[in-house]
Amino acid sequence: MNSEPAKPTPKSAEVVARGLAILNKTKLQLQIWLEPAHLELLRPQLQFQAGVLAGFALLAAILLGFADLATRGVIQQRLQEDLQANLEQVVPAELYDNNLLKDSVMLASADANLGAEQTEVYLAKKQGVLNAVCFKFVAPDGYAGPISLVMGIDSKGEILGVRVIAHVETPGLGDKIEVTKSKWVLSFDGKSLDNLTIEQWAVKKDGGVFDQFSGATITPRKVVQAIKRGLEFYRANQTELLATQ
Amino acid sequence: MNLSILFSAQYRKIARDGLWDNNVVLTQNLALCPLLAVTGTATNGLGMGLATMAVMVASNAAVSVSRHLIPSEIRIPIFVLLIAALVTLVDIFLNAWMHELHKVLGLFIPLIVTNCVILGRAEAFASKQSVMPSMWDGLMMGAGFTAAMVVLGAMREISSAGTLFANASVLLGESFRFMETTLIPEYKGFLLMALPPGGFIMLGFMVALKRLLDRKSVVKQSQPSIIDAIIAE
Repeated sequence: MNSEPAKPTPKSAEVVARGLAILNKTKLQLQIWLEPAHLELLRPQLQFQAGVLAGFALLAAILLGFADLATRGVIQQRLQEDLQANLEQVVPAELYDNNLLKDSVMLASADANLGAEQTEVYLAKKQGVLNAVCFKFVAPDGYAGPISLVMGIDSKGEILGVRVIAHVETPGLGDKIEVTKSKWVLSFDGKSLDNLTIEQWAVKKDGGVFDQFSGATITPRKVVQAIKRGLEFYRANQTELLATQ
Repeated sequence: MNLSILFSAQYRKIARDGLWDNNVVLTQNLALCPLLAVTGTATNGLGMGLATMAVMVASNAAVSVSRHLIPSEIRIPIFVLLIAALVTLVDIFLNAWMHELHKVLGLFIPLIVTNCVILGRAEAFASKQSVMPSMWDGLMMGAGFTAAMVVLGAMREISSAGTLFANASVLLGESFRFMETTLIPEYKGFLLMALPPGGFIMLGFMVALKRLLDRKSVVKQSQPSIIDAIIAE
């Protein structure tokens, strides 16, 4: 029945009481300080203005910092899920039985103008046999900004599928490159550097075989050119990729 | 909370101002940048309108809470700071927890910062009024903005592509697929309306229509006095 430590000794009670008194006093002072009439006196003072601006900047920085910390992991995970979903869209499920995100090689792509120094190529294997590859790449010269794409290529060098992952093209015009808005991007399926000539790898306005959009020519033109560069990148690295088996 | 205050004279006036009398687009002719950029379809207008409304309610609340702290000399930088922080927060929270919606609206959300109406309401209303009326003002101004965006988007979409609320299921979820309608089958398309000039043209019609309706109601109210004036002449 030793209840002594639970009960505050007179001395600690005194400390608590003093602490509460200080707290109440600060609360009261803050209330007085925050009175509109008092703030009206402070507002014209230069040091108060500087302090307020700094205070709001600090508040905004703290809020954004914590929001970033709280969401960074989640956003990263969402992006991984997006990538997985995108890879599944461009490589048919029957072509592989491995985990695409885990089975990949890094290739130098500085010369290929794919928007990155190195490109991660995901390998689609079935029972150890390489059936297709897919990789993310960027058309750095889109109408309003870079256009991120993902493409799957089978062992014959033919496109299995292309999808746009992210872009900032004009809503209602350039965003027809998204598969949810238009079937345009499906017109690349089955195309390769072998079954189309170099001249045919262009939008119709430039003498090629791919449609442009009414009101937006630059966006599809740049996408077509980037996909062609992607195919060339694959062809240049084909032997190296096949050697990974 | 007592909801009956929403029907008090002050709140009714705020609602009337936001939705019609002082409508952001039709009367103040503000916020034309996002307006013309995204109203190619009714769905885009709706998405942008709703996101703007949410930011406007939050920014009006934040400005109103701190209105006694903010010296008038540096109010604009503080408002801009608050609005930019709020828009960024909305952007990253949507990205993390409503990822599908963010993929659709993601293009437009940074554009909200450029919307001068949010700064305008912070300056003209929230910095002088208490929190509840300010939030109500943000909600109503946002609703008026959204309504104008949806109507303009719908008119442009019908005349440019012959459809209405195309891709609504991407924005609102599969259950809203019923909203997607094709009004004019086999429509060849009218590109001008999808481009910004089409937005200006349609906006002109809408502003003119609103002026016409306003004038009609003014004439109706002041009919006797006009007759008096004629007699006096």
